[in-house]
Amino acid sequence: MTETVPVLALRGITKVYGMGQAAMQALRGIDLDINEGEFVAMMGPSGSGKSTCMNILGCLDSATAGEYRFRGVEVGGLDRNQRARLRRHFLGFVFQGFNLLARTSALENVELPLIYRGTPAAERHRMAMQALEDVGLSEWARHKSNELSGGQQQRVAIARAIVTRPSVLLADEPTGNLDSVRSIEIMELLARFNREMGITVVMVTHEPDMAEYAQRIVRFRDGLIDTGEGGDS
Amino acid sequence: MWWNALLLALRAIRRNVMRSVLTVLGIVIGVAAVIAMVNLGGGATAKVSNQITSLGTNLLIVRPGQRVGPGESSVAPPFKYKDLEAIRRDVYGIAAAAPSASSSMKAIFGNLNHATTVLGTDNAFFSVRNWTFEEGRDFSDAELASGKAVCVIGSTVRTELFGAQDPMGVDIRLGKFSCTVIGLLQSKGQGAMGIDQDDLVVIPLRTFWRRVAGNQDVSMIQVSARDGVSTAKVKADIDRLLQERRHIGANEDDDFQVRDMKEVADAFNSTMGVLTALLGAVAAVSLLVGGIGIMNIMLVSVTERTREIGIRLAIGAMAREVLLQFLVESVVLSSLGGVFGILLALLASWGLARGLNVPLIINVPMIVVAFLFSALVGVVFGYFPARRAAKLDPIEALRHE
Repeated sequence: MTETVPVLALRGITKVYGMGQAAMQALRGIDLDINEGEFVAMMGPSGSGKSTCMNILGCLDSATAGEYRFRGVEVGGLDRNQRARLRRHFLGFVFQGFNLLARTSALENVELPLIYRGTPAAERHRMAMQALEDVGLSEWARHKSNELSGGQQQRVAIARAIVTRPSVLLADEPTGNLDSVRSIEIMELLARFNREMGITVVMVTHEPDMAEYAQRIVRFRDGLIDTGEGGDS
Repeated sequence: MWWNALLLALRAIRRNVMRSVLTVLGIVIGVAAVIAMVNLGGGATAKVSNQITSLGTNLLIVRPGQRVGPGESSVAPPFKYKDLEAIRRDVYGIAAAAPSASSSMKAIFGNLNHATTVLGTDNAFFSVRNWTFEEGRDFSDAELASGKAVCVIGSTVRTELFGAQDPMGVDIRLGKFSCTVIGLLQSKGQGAMGIDQDDLVVIPLRTFWRRVAGNQDVSMIQVSARDGVSTAKVKADIDRLLQERRHIGANEDDDFQVRDMKEVADAFNSTMGVLTALLGAVAAVSLLVGGIGIMNIMLVSVTERTREIGIRLAIGAMAREVLLQFLVESVVLSSLGGVFGILLALLASWGLARGLNVPLIINVPMIVVAFLFSALVGVVFGYFPARRAAKLDPIEALRHE
């Protein structure tokens, strides 16, 4: 039974921006299943709908029509606060632009999701230090985010994403702003957390080299999934 | 949740110390101005009302004529000694009533001279005005009855004519006659409206009539009411008695006036209260402006921190947690402003009180009110920006540059 319920399941998802004549269909009926522990890369030209799909998976946006089940629970009907709770407890985000809080130490950045969870201070501190150690930055805990290099910032962002042990980590072009050496470091980290912690990773990328790290590649074209190796079979 | 909001707010404030300081500056100045003004007003009121009280709040001053404008009186016949005797005899509740007639004269001793006020009266004057003797004595019955040339001097006259020398038993010249100093009054200091109460020479009334005035007029009667007797009632009795004696009909205006020092003190206190309130109100406007300053900066801060808010929302912050964080930031900032404002106000009150030579009076309820108001400013002016932050769409916010 547990094997048959995918952690993320999209059925006939459409997303329309705007209304009437100006309406733009970003997604035109997506079916996608992602199983527990998978590492999936989403590729496609810009405007193909992969970012929109990512936002819907991340509960930052809701679909115009269709069904989105998270661990078998329908997400479409949840209100803003319930979606925030879902993000808080089950999802981790890594962005292209790192998105750390400026003028804030690496440690405080990593602590942030734990504060919203209400984790007690001592526990929070210990977990954040552990996460920084996991990404190899425990020495840099007291440094402000703007004192870190791009690669280091992205590693802090990954530490922030995994500190809560989420079931799914959503990475939106995590290597888009980095050179190839840093990019490989980042991908190895993602692959390691996928393997060692069993965190499901969904990553949007333009770079085929990076997509190589994934077990499966989902290609988007004009709001539809173009070719995938299996979908739900 | 509150604790978390406080933690997040404190971290956000610490991240931008300079902006935080500038934000609260308006509140600091506003709170400081309100408290300092109210303290200063209180100090000034206390000082002047002390001076009025030093004249005695049970004091009534009876003069011929009516005040028609500031400083001037209409002409009316002076009182006679019999008027005083009638008051002493017929008005109930009087502790003492003193007649007086006065004139500006030059007092001379050796080669020194000093222009002062010479006052003819009797011993009741000393008790009505609460004078005590530093040295010597008041007039004897014989001196009063015979109009002997003796005098009691105030401390200003003593300093001007004698310096450190002992004036007792020495003769001084007043105009064309000389008199012997038999008493020295304890100094009362500067009186209300800057009048030096110690600048006077007191002689028996009869001596004044004979040597100075050349008539037997009484130009002023000062009356003190007994403890526990209403000065208003004594005033009414004197009014009635003098109307009768001066033949003033029911429809005619009085040609004399009775001033109740308690009334004067009350009127003064209420005037000062209004003035203090006015100063406080002007200062309160600056507090309001400070509040608008906070709203301004918080709004700018929300726009500037749009991406940060997006990150928080993506990480799992609920809208109300973002709202609470911004609200708490604004309340913490404005309360801090309040605290620093209070410290500044205490410092300013102390400095001003010393500089203006008024007693330092700290209005504690005002400090509490100002602090609560500054916190309230934070809530009121922080709410609008905070709500704006909470309403942001996470995707839009993350895209914001």
